Amino acid sequence: MGFQTPLYQKHLDAGARIVDFGGWDMPIQYQSLIEEHHAVRQHAGVFDVSHMTIVDVDGPDARRWLQYLLANDVDKLDVTGRALYSAMLNEQGGVVDDLIVYRREVGYRLVVNCGTREKDLRWMNQHASGWQVQIQERPELAILAVHGPESIDKVCALLAPALAELVRALGNFRSLEDGSWFIARTGYTGERGLELMLPGNDAPALWDALLQAGVRPIGLGARDTLRLEAGMNLYGHDMDESVSPLAANMEQTIAWEPATRDFIGRAAVEQQREAQREGRLPILTGLVLEERGVLREGLRVVCQVNGQPAEGIITSGTFSPTLKHSIALVRIPALATDCQVDLRGKLTPVRIVKPNFVRFGKKVFE
Amino acid sequence: MSSFPDNLKYAATHEWVRVEADGSVTVGITDHAQELLGDIVFIDLPTDGASVSAKQEISVVESVKAASDIYAPVSGRIIAINKALIDSPEVVNTSPYGDGWFCRIQPADAAELDALLDADAYARICE
Repeated sequence: MGFQTPLYQKHLDAGARIVDFGGWDMPIQYQSLIEEHHAVRQHAGVFDVSHMTIVDVDGPDARRWLQYLLANDVDKLDVTGRALYSAMLNEQGGVVDDLIVYRREVGYRLVVNCGTREKDLRWMNQHASGWQVQIQERPELAILAVHGPESIDKVCALLAPALAELVRALGNFRSLEDGSWFIARTGYTGERGLELMLPGNDAPALWDALLQAGVRPIGLGARDTLRLEAGMNLYGHDMDESVSPLAANMEQTIAWEPATRDFIGRAAVEQQREAQREGRLPILTGLVLEERGVLREGLRVVCQVNGQPAEGIITSGTFSPTLKHSIALVRIPALATDCQVDLRGKLTPVRIVKPNFVRFGKKVFE
Repeated sequence: MSSFPDNLKYAATHEWVRVEADGSVTVGITDHAQELLGDIVFIDLPTDGASVSAKQEISVVESVKAASDIYAPVSGRIIAINKALIDSPEVVNTSPYGDGWFCRIQPADAAELDALLDADAYARICE
């Protein structure tokens, strides 16, 4: 038996199939992954993501320390509540983890991956010596992600009117706090929605109220197809410590200016940028297969670079329930053309597209 | 809970077989198999008219999560395939023992049927 979130019994009650996910007993799906996927694209669904790790960072040096720890610059968080996506790099410019950091009234809140929890906490503590910061994990908090076109209305209908008004007014990548509840307009689906961090004891009642209001419970299976349709990376698959953020479609998340800001991995990632300018760094991009078949993680992709044969590899692949054909993220040489995927020994042509397949329920690539 | 109808025979590779009145057999994948695969999105059907040997790959099922080979439970000739699965592969999820059948085989050697598992024996290997 693994760790269980405060909603474990609720998942069983809803008929979930439970799997081990990074040491946690989590729902992979309830009845049908595809129906759950469509519920989020068309209506509203709720995910229990309480297995993810919340870390609050506080203290006089919190801002300057995060500017050192993260490749993105928390100075962009000009107002309380604003959120930022960032990589945490090692000295070699590899990705230790990806995370979201929120600016709070006092200090910051980071949400990091479940599978990297121990490594991340060790990394943060190791790099905190000499800084006046407090790094505090918040395991007592549950996280519910409610996403889909109807999600914000469904949540707001359950809140006190004054709070609901504030939540409705939240812009994308903004958050607010109400007592021990933290409510953010962030997510991992490509739809509008909220992530609610709240005391574990409050979570079952909120879960019940959402289901009562017609919000569907969504398992981690549909979470993966939704994030891949949205072209979002999954740590440990699309990038890891051996991969440059520039080879993981994360260039926009590195704050190069001001040039005087020293962050961990800066020197390495600047060299990687030179390599990228000379075409020596691979890219992470999108693939679509419009005929039958499913692109899978680990499949080999053969291509051409300036008339020479070259290779790449699929880092995430699935069937897209929205598009009704397969999509994937692939790491291939820059300037690769004429891609074919090795599908069970048969080379099948695939098309390179921008790695963003579906937003707000609609196809977005040409 | 998966269902294991008593009137069927089973292969350890998760195919089921139903012996028809004319001596042919209908073949599909079990409820347990469709549960493990999850939502099925593509099926490459067996080739109609082909001669097959027991344990030979005859079909491929792709779900959102995984691809899985389907094997002939007995040797013989494929005399019918369920073309409805090409456009509606999800029927295998909703009706694995009914409308989700894959093919019918005219067995070359009826004795091969005796080597298959009964419902109890198959249920035990699924535990």
